[in-house]
Amino acid sequence: MIVADKKPIEEIIDYVKDYQSILVLGCNECVTVCEVGGKKEVGLLASALRMHFLQQGGEVNIGERTLERQCDHEYLEEIRDNIDHYEAVVSIACGVGVQFTAEKYQTKPVYPGVNTLFMGANEARGVWSERCQGCGQCILAISGGICPVSRCAKRILNGPCGGSTAGKCEISKDIPCGWQLIIDRLKALGRMDDYEKINPIKNWSTERAGGPRKVIREDLKL
Amino acid sequence: MRLGYPTSIKIIRVPCTGKVDALHIMRSFEKGADGVYLVGCREGDCHFERGNFRAKARVEQIRKILDAVGIGGHRLQMYNLSSSDGPMFARFAEEMHARILEAGPNPIRGAVIKQKKVQTDQNQIAGAAL
Repeated sequence: MIVADKKPIEEIIDYVKDYQSILVLGCNECVTVCEVGGKKEVGLLASALRMHFLQQGGEVNIGERTLERQCDHEYLEEIRDNIDHYEAVVSIACGVGVQFTAEKYQTKPVYPGVNTLFMGANEARGVWSERCQGCGQCILAISGGICPVSRCAKRILNGPCGGSTAGKCEISKDIPCGWQLIIDRLKALGRMDDYEKINPIKNWSTERAGGPRKVIREDLKL
Repeated sequence: MRLGYPTSIKIIRVPCTGKVDALHIMRSFEKGADGVYLVGCREGDCHFERGNFRAKARVEQIRKILDAVGIGGHRLQMYNLSSSDGPMFARFAEEMHARILEAGPNPIRGAVIKQKKVQTDQNQIAGAAL
């Protein structure tokens, strides 16, 4: 899922301090699971904003709404009838949701209420870590199901590098060496022969380096 | 024991402090409460194992928000005691009462009362029109 983290409330207040009516818009998908942008967080942020503005002596109308998804036209259409009641929107969906809302409602200022971080997994309660960078050419088949692009700080395809010490990466003693994980996994699978194979240079044009990406599925288009 | 504690305190009973949601606390302040405190079992004694730790984490989270929006995180406190410790319960109540007296009323209390009055007036007008 897409993992996001809270934005300091002071930063959000600074974005919207000049508006008289604000819609706090949540999303029921990834940001709900990582507990930054769901219905409950919409309630918390709206409550905090109300208290802030009341204390400032202003009468600001703060609306609350949580959509099933903010990255689909169908769900974003649900607010078309009442979005005009608000001067601005604070979207606490991921960056995709914020942008899609802004694209759909051209004349409405939309501000981000979270910091979108990465595609990751929920390792434990309250702990999320990166697992995929969306490089566009998945190589998990050759690396025992552990991604050298997202788990190795250098994203090298034939590792580990000289910075790997006691299974940890040189950038932090808390970060496991991605290639150590790959080797351990290949050993467990009895596939160490695969480790001896040299991986060819990766085509990075399918990654972000190739510019904004798009998927067009002719079989699905209407 | 028949111990006394300040009458300004309104008790809301919950099955465990772990039941108290961050939103419950925020809404209390939004509605004009001058202070909120949670009294849970002693750490390590939770019948549901981690309910009071969950409450403690939520209190910390909300204190930061209250500080950020100018209400003041010191108006929110988590206490722990044994369920049979009446004197401690009364002491915590006195302590919180004194803290809130010193802090003064919730900064948005006036605005909340004004809002409620406007709403009541509007409802009365609407009722009269019917």
